[in-house]
Amino acid sequence: MTIRHHLSDPLLMAYAAGTIPEAFGLVIATHVSMCDDCRARLAAFEAVGGAVLETSQVEMSAGSLDACFDRISTMTPPAPPPARKAGVLPAPLQDYVGGDLERVRWRPLGFGAKQAILPCTDSAASVRLLAIPGGVAMPDHTHRGLELTLVLQGAFTDDDDRFERGDVEIADAEVDHTPVAAPGVTCICLAATQGRLKFSSLIPRLAQPFLRI
Amino acid sequence: MMLTAIRTEIQDAPLGSHGYVGRETNAHASKGRWRVTSEAEPDWTAVLLRVRESQDRAAFAQLFHHFAPRIKAFLMKSGASEPLAEECAQDVMATVWHKAVQFNPDRASVATWIFTIARNRRIDALRKARRPEPEDLDWGPDQEPDQADVYETQQESERLNHALRLLPEKQRILVEKAFLGELTHSEIAAETGLPIGTIKSRIRLALDKLRQHLDKKAVTK
Repeated sequence: MTIRHHLSDPLLMAYAAGTIPEAFGLVIATHVSMCDDCRARLAAFEAVGGAVLETSQVEMSAGSLDACFDRISTMTPPAPPPARKAGVLPAPLQDYVGGDLERVRWRPLGFGAKQAILPCTDSAASVRLLAIPGGVAMPDHTHRGLELTLVLQGAFTDDDDRFERGDVEIADAEVDHTPVAAPGVTCICLAATQGRLKFSSLIPRLAQPFLRI
Repeated sequence: MMLTAIRTEIQDAPLGSHGYVGRETNAHASKGRWRVTSEAEPDWTAVLLRVRESQDRAAFAQLFHHFAPRIKAFLMKSGASEPLAEECAQDVMATVWHKAVQFNPDRASVATWIFTIARNRRIDALRKARRPEPEDLDWGPDQEPDQADVYETQQESERLNHALRLLPEKQRILVEKAFLGELTHSEIAAETGLPIGTIKSRIRLALDKLRQHLDKKAVTK
């Protein structure tokens, strides 16, 4: 598997800085789980964070070290980072779904397309899994800002570009794009959208010409 | 600001501690000792490894004196009140103690590793949001890091600190703002094309590490 469509530097930097909404963070963590290039670039941006941390200081209160030792003795040790899991969905995504693909609670969108909205504590952006049968267009929707779409299974095409497992498409509000699932296996994507995503229609774009009289 | 910081570090430095080492002469001359470039800066990797290996409270105190005030400043600049920043800084350092077993000196410098813990604590405390983490690579049973890699990671971290200091004031402030959460994603996209040149060699190093790791895995399979 060769990933051809990667995360941008600003996205990786914002994720390293911890300033990006949770929904995008989930797409980024999932992509990084599959992409060594972006993992390396992320490590470099985190190193910039380490350098920024060194730049200034504020004196701690008296007795803070003792207070810290008290915390150490009462603290529940933190969980290790998620380990690689077998299955189609990488570990960070499995944490949100509660398991692999078979645990996804799909809701029909019509024409065989399905979605499952994943719960986020942070409402600045929303994130969902989409399953689009081969040859069918992604549901038509509007988004006010950034949208990230990561392929987990199958493939989709958008203009001349082809996106396969691990590839991520970055689109902002200006981009008028029409992704279409490639013929063959159902295309499963993870899509995060700034603000609330509204489907222009509850049925995929394929049906729109028939409805727009 | 910078001068004060440097002076404090020198005052903090316990003389004769083997955590402190002189300016490097030859990168791979002596195995078994972690080294850094500057004369006054303690070798934080060695200090943290003492916490990791033997729950050394004195070593932890040394880390605390250096990093807790920096974490506190980072959190306050990110918008936390002084009491919240104090509490979270203590909490981050307590997490450092418990997570020390997960620290891998050939993958990140101590400052970088502590930064990621402080960042996560900030997301939790200020945004009350979850942070999805990438899955961990299986680095296999080969847990003893290569000394040359550890050394290189430290060197690279030093170079990065230096590069950041040498950035023109305006750019440096932008980078800091990006990490303090004062820039949105689109502002980062619009305004900071700049750290990329600064971190190119760090990216190359991280990629080399991953490729070596993958090669090793391919050989052992």
